[in-house]
Amino acid sequence: MKTDISDLRGDFPILDQLVNDEPLTYLDNAATAQKPNQVVAALTHFYQTDNANVHRGVHTLAERATAAYEDARHKVTHFINAAEPAEVIFTKGATDSLNLIASTYGEANIEAGDEIVISIMEHHSNLIPWQQLALRKHATLKYIELTPTGELDMADAETKITDKTKIVAVAHASNVMGTVNPIAALTKLAHQHGAIMVCDGAQAVPHMPVDVQALDVDFYAFSGHKMMAPTGIGVLYGKRDLLAAMPPYQFGGEMINFVHRYESTWNELPWKFEAGTQNIAGAVGLGAAIDYLENLGMSNVQAHEQQLVNSLLPQLTADHQIEVYGPHDPARHTGVIAFNIKGLHPHDVATALDMEGVAVRAGHHCAQPLMETLGLVATARASLYIYNTQDDVDRLIHALNETKEFFSHELIKAE
Amino acid sequence: MSLSKLNSLYREVILDHADHPHHKHALTDATTTMTVKNPTCGDVINLDIDLNEDDVITNIGFTGEGCTISQSSASMMSDAVLGKTKDEALKMAKTFSDMVMGKQHDQADLDELDDAAILSSIVSFPARIKCATLSWWALQRALLSNQQEESDGEA
Repeated sequence: MKTDISDLRGDFPILDQLVNDEPLTYLDNAATAQKPNQVVAALTHFYQTDNANVHRGVHTLAERATAAYEDARHKVTHFINAAEPAEVIFTKGATDSLNLIASTYGEANIEAGDEIVISIMEHHSNLIPWQQLALRKHATLKYIELTPTGELDMADAETKITDKTKIVAVAHASNVMGTVNPIAALTKLAHQHGAIMVCDGAQAVPHMPVDVQALDVDFYAFSGHKMMAPTGIGVLYGKRDLLAAMPPYQFGGEMINFVHRYESTWNELPWKFEAGTQNIAGAVGLGAAIDYLENLGMSNVQAHEQQLVNSLLPQLTADHQIEVYGPHDPARHTGVIAFNIKGLHPHDVATALDMEGVAVRAGHHCAQPLMETLGLVATARASLYIYNTQDDVDRLIHALNETKEFFSHELIKAE
Repeated sequence: MSLSKLNSLYREVILDHADHPHHKHALTDATTTMTVKNPTCGDVINLDIDLNEDDVITNIGFTGEGCTISQSSASMMSDAVLGKTKDEALKMAKTFSDMVMGKQHDQADLDELDDAAILSSIVSFPARIKCATLSWWALQRALLSNQQEESDGEA
């Protein structure tokens, strides 16, 4: 296993460049992660030597492409500890995975008067599919609120989840607050009331060990591109019994068993949910990204990011000109840190940081109901990954100080 | 210090308008109102306009939260179009839109924009062009929606 991060940075040539004449400090990992040479090489290798359509044809390349695609599914199965590959469906990403559940399980099982419970910190991808399902079915959408420190309020969860609740859908880790939600406890609560548990793992799987069987969730969704795989590939994990009972998501090639003039039957799991030619190379790239992460060890990935948070977060919270959203305790915080410089709009801050080579996100982070609850229009957000270093943290702090100085007359106004 | 590059965007005039925006208030009984949103950041501009029977903008006001660029642009836009006819204002919106996209324009047209012409420097900050154009977009939509209603009325 590699432990020297400076060694590891050599795997990411994109990080070794000047942006606005300054060394690039990439801190927008919650939006998307950079790809190591190993992932790019896996894509190149696939297209240069193995490319063919999968599960069709008897020729050698088709065999190889199918083996590569299904090998990637096995890697995902092992990586999240699913019981079997049949429970791992390839999708376009977490958004596609969550829409799949709402459109199939949701459509088949939700009736007027039922309740769907989500949290107020959800990304739009784990909010709008349920909001629209509730509207279509005349079901009730309920929100679990936050504690004063910005964590999920479990006492509120216990009142919101009732015997009328059919679906509970909550993010494993927040893309704004930097919190990790108690998914195992929520799942237990959901199951006690006969509801199923859906978990959006887009901000968790890339950064910490995840065991879907230990969590006991019914569905788990995540994207490849936030864990160093290409864009356009993602995963939906689902328990076999639920997947088997669900109607298909889309219709077409690959997902069928027999097609007659007036009726059809569906393929086995997981292919029932993979209509049309899939993102085969993307799946191969995801397999390579999993190899890369497993070589590092997910516990080491998590420990490295925690070490950086332990340095960065206290520096931000100690600065009276900076407001940090979410818990201030580094031990309760992931590498996603939302903040504002008081008196400055985050767009102005992000432009200034960009002039210093520091890439952060500024905006509502696809979580407008959360922003509204916090009384905010937008925030800046720095988010870390395994290739970030203490140098990156120092450059961010330096750039923030420069930004405050540049806009000092605006800040005085805000005092 | 590389933040010196920021001086080309955050000029004194722009910071003054952002600190002390002109016309930042809602109008009561405005003849036209328009709300537009920058979907990338969530910034909102509500624009109120009074048009008289000769299609002259006799009063203008805006509300909403936004960054330095969007707030100062709304302030400068309001200054620039107050007292202009609808057609003049629409032409100015087109000039502004061309200017921030880096297209060449007659100096006479740019002079019409008054302080707002200073935002030509946004060309070097492509991620911020939407911030500068938000209020002008609101103006265009407000004036054209008004025209739409009128033509509907005549039909």
